[in-house]
Amino acid sequence: MKWILNNVSTITDATWAHLWLALPAIVLSFVVAIPVAWFASRFRRSRFTLLLVAGLIYAIPSLPLFIVLPLILGTSVRSLINVVAALGLYGVALMVRYAADALDAVSTDALLAATAMGYGPLRRFVGVQLPLAGPALLAGLRVVAVSTVSLVPVSALLGVNSLGMLLTDGFQRGILAEVASGIGATVVVAVAVDLGLVGLGRLLMPWERAAARRDARRTTVEDKQVVAA
Amino acid sequence: MNFLLAAWQWLADPVNASGPSGWGARTVEHLWYTAVATVIACLIGIPLGYAVGHAHRFRTFIVSSTGAARALPTLGVVTLFGLLLGIGLAAPMLAFVLLALPSVLAGAYAGVEGAPRDAVDAARAMGMTEWQILFRVEAPLGMPLLLGGIRSATLQVLATATLAAYVGAGGLGRILFLGLKTQNYAMMVASSLVVVGLAIAVDLAFEIVDRLVKRSFPKGVGAAV
Repeated sequence: MKWILNNVSTITDATWAHLWLALPAIVLSFVVAIPVAWFASRFRRSRFTLLLVAGLIYAIPSLPLFIVLPLILGTSVRSLINVVAALGLYGVALMVRYAADALDAVSTDALLAATAMGYGPLRRFVGVQLPLAGPALLAGLRVVAVSTVSLVPVSALLGVNSLGMLLTDGFQRGILAEVASGIGATVVVAVAVDLGLVGLGRLLMPWERAAARRDARRTTVEDKQVVAA
Repeated sequence: MNFLLAAWQWLADPVNASGPSGWGARTVEHLWYTAVATVIACLIGIPLGYAVGHAHRFRTFIVSSTGAARALPTLGVVTLFGLLLGIGLAAPMLAFVLLALPSVLAGAYAGVEGAPRDAVDAARAMGMTEWQILFRVEAPLGMPLLLGGIRSATLQVLATATLAAYVGAGGLGRILFLGLKTQNYAMMVASSLVVVGLAIAVDLAFEIVDRLVKRSFPKGVGAAV
């Protein structure tokens, strides 16, 4: 406890550094995964291969990826671009599956209706399919966000600043409170990012809340009818 | 590309490949850790998951424990146990099992819990005991999901075993950290590539087993996915 009070600024700095690595990676995952998922859902034959490749990428342990990726990117191991790219790669690999499922789950009737109304392929995707897949996409992105935040600390082994530094520094110097606060702060950041995404989802998809409220009302009415019967 | 060549030369050099700390022995050690930790996690996770899944209870507990495990930084668990238990194999092993357990538990639980009610009711109507229902109806139906859980648990341990060298364990991480400390990029890349190859090989092996299981249990829960 004393260690935490004496090192508040270290923890805050590390938290910001942590967010600066995690947030761009999460955004990158989403932006890259959507077109890939669209491709997988549009061209059924590519789906199996794309998901298999995504699965294999996700199977790669993070520390080796941080070391091998610079060979392809041409950056240094400790560069922030390298860390964000590696985190983003995992995010994409995880997100593609969720996003392909989310896009597939959109009702064909809605898509056909949009086509009948004269929507072109792009306008139909952006205006109809994407919003309807929204809730499922958000659910996937929340998983991606939490696992990205908890993956960042590994980069501290290469000397990149984040909450992971509290783990390595605490271990080297034998300060249990530092390691514990590193774990605690990472979990807090993960929960905060998750809640932020939920809030963002409510802002972007206000119709979901209205639908949920309507459903809840309908269930209570039905329940009353059941009880009355 | 130069580094890739250097890494290849490092791997091909018999001095680096053989002996108790060569990459051959370290690979075996790495796989050994992974197998032991996964088996322990299965011994705890499968009975627990089956019991909870068969009883159809504590759903929130299982879901939230797997969710919380995802938020936990693996490096944090490894360093925390390293500090508490000291240098040696006990600390990393405990961390591996702890990190593998949620996936196994969730897989065992979801498979049994998701078995179609009709099938379970039919089995009960036929006079099967609860044990028979669990092992002859629910467990076979849940096999694909259980396997999925064991698969992600194994990959999780394989990845974490690389980090465990940081707190004094063996395995391929040993070579990786030696390369990091001595700024030997060829060594770092070489050992990283071996880990990457190992992970992909294990994942593909699970993919094959998964196909076989889905063929033997075509009506299994989640088999259509």
